[in-house]
Amino acid sequence: MFESLSVPGLGSVVAGTALLGFLCGTLGTFAVLRKQSLMGDAISHACLPGLILAFLFFNSKESWVLMLGAAISGTLAAMVILGISRFSRVKEDSSLAITLSVFFGFGLMLLTWVQRRPDAAQAGLARFLFGQAATLLDRDVWLLAAIAIPCLVIVFLFWKQFQIVCFDRSFAQSLGIPVFFIEVLLSLLLVMVIVAGLETVGVVLMSALLVAPAVAARQWTNKLEIMTILAGVFGAFSGIAGAFLSNIGKTSIPTGPVIVLFITLIVLLSILFAPARGIVWLRFKHWRDSKVLHLDSVLSNLLNLAKEHSGKQNGHSMAMLKGISSNPSGVPRSVHKLLELGLVSEVDKGLYTPTTKGEEYLSEKTSLMGAPLK
Amino acid sequence: MTGPNDKKLEFALEINDLTVSYKDKPVLWDIDLEIPQGALVGIVGPNGAGKTTLIKSILGLLNPVAGSAKILGLEIDQGIKKIAYVPQRGSVDWDFPATVFDVVQMGTYGKLGWLKRPGSKEKKLTKEALEKVGMLELANRQISQLSGGQQQRVFLARALVQHAEIYLMDEPFQGVDSTTEQSIVELLRELRNKGATALVVHHDLQTVKDYFDWVVLLNVRKIAAGPVSEVFTEANLKLAFGSRVSLGE
Repeated sequence: MFESLSVPGLGSVVAGTALLGFLCGTLGTFAVLRKQSLMGDAISHACLPGLILAFLFFNSKESWVLMLGAAISGTLAAMVILGISRFSRVKEDSSLAITLSVFFGFGLMLLTWVQRRPDAAQAGLARFLFGQAATLLDRDVWLLAAIAIPCLVIVFLFWKQFQIVCFDRSFAQSLGIPVFFIEVLLSLLLVMVIVAGLETVGVVLMSALLVAPAVAARQWTNKLEIMTILAGVFGAFSGIAGAFLSNIGKTSIPTGPVIVLFITLIVLLSILFAPARGIVWLRFKHWRDSKVLHLDSVLSNLLNLAKEHSGKQNGHSMAMLKGISSNPSGVPRSVHKLLELGLVSEVDKGLYTPTTKGEEYLSEKTSLMGAPLK
Repeated sequence: MTGPNDKKLEFALEINDLTVSYKDKPVLWDIDLEIPQGALVGIVGPNGAGKTTLIKSILGLLNPVAGSAKILGLEIDQGIKKIAYVPQRGSVDWDFPATVFDVVQMGTYGKLGWLKRPGSKEKKLTKEALEKVGMLELANRQISQLSGGQQQRVFLARALVQHAEIYLMDEPFQGVDSTTEQSIVELLRELRNKGATALVVHHDLQTVKDYFDWVVLLNVRKIAAGPVSEVFTEANLKLAFGSRVSLGE
């Protein structure tokens, strides 16, 4: 891996993909919050025909020429999608699916046709399908930066408008915020980011880099600021990983799939282990709560028994407690824990009764619940 | 309160010939309405009567087929700054990454400059509004952890922060317990006593007389509008809801 560091240009390739990943995560956050994850997917697929047409018209493989073509067809697709769902009774998910397949199908047709041409000029266009970071040139990286930095500045400047439009667009409009303009701006930024990432990630998997970092970041925080930055960081990490791995030993593994695998791993870990929202965390909390509840119920049973039978000194056996517990097998454990905590004492061999401390603990607990437990 | 001879005072809201349709089906038909300033107005009508549509049209959120609305004598795009809007609680995703404070602070964005961020003044306004609805202690709570009544209080605080002259509220009593309902009514009265006007979409016919000074009965067309004592009659209710409704008196 360290050998590959010496390959000329890898430093800038890594910087470029990191920047791209950061940008994708940041803007993907807004797409995800606006429930527009699939919009990114449709736009990126729809970039393919524009890219190839641009190549055919200008007979050039300059990045900015291809990007321009991609941006035009991507924007066109976005407008078609919005138009269909606005002016017809076709629902948005259907219009997304139709537009994506038509544009992408047309793009693939063009690509196949172009590749059959006898001259060698078209060589390498196929890398836009799955991305190839290794082919990034220094000036491509500069172009990436030239797109990324203004986009990030816009996000910073229009932060409050983006936040409020994503949360409650009707309310935003009632405040006099130009919601339509903000939405168009967000969509344009999305197109820009997608176009910037085409060469590195490819049209097919681009949307993963938009959606996945935001999904992962949401697991770890309840603050929009932190979610946005964290999504950027996750995106940047996956970008770097993709650039490295697809460069190792010059195997030319496409970058897109590597990035997607990496970010998916982050998503998986986040869904499982993030505090407060992760599945494992929630299970653990449930388990811990049920232990505490069991402890409380055993203590309360002991107290009730002691009260019913002539005062506190009177102890009761494990068997008795098991008889009235909803989970008898947990009773010995809970009793030992209660002894350990000093909430219960053993008055005679195998006979237990709550201590004063135990009584206080229980009355405090029940007062928190609002009504005393019977 | 505003009398008909008080010519100088503008109406809070003035709606002329308003018709709104969804596809080819009219939702509101030729509505004329003049709401005096300082009134607590209940908007009442059956499901699909166009209550929410009326509110959204006043806010300019919908494009009417015909007609216009004026806010304190101003066109919508200028008058809108005088309005605070409380949308239906279910209209947003409460799993959005934000705290109670964040959401209420959004109410201050309308008066902030384009690139300005909320500062100490906005934070103070936000805290005051939270205090008024009894949510200051929960200011840092994630909004997904709120109960229905608390969500409604947050939306109310977000409107209070605007210190508006007109409040448009879409079903603020939906799914809240009676304690919250009473405290919302108290707040509405307080606003009215300070001279503000409030239009409230309301469903419980039994409480209309207690809560409101004015009522608008709606069922696609305007059935009646005016002071509760004059307009809220069995006959008008039958016109709005059909024959099965009664006041139960």
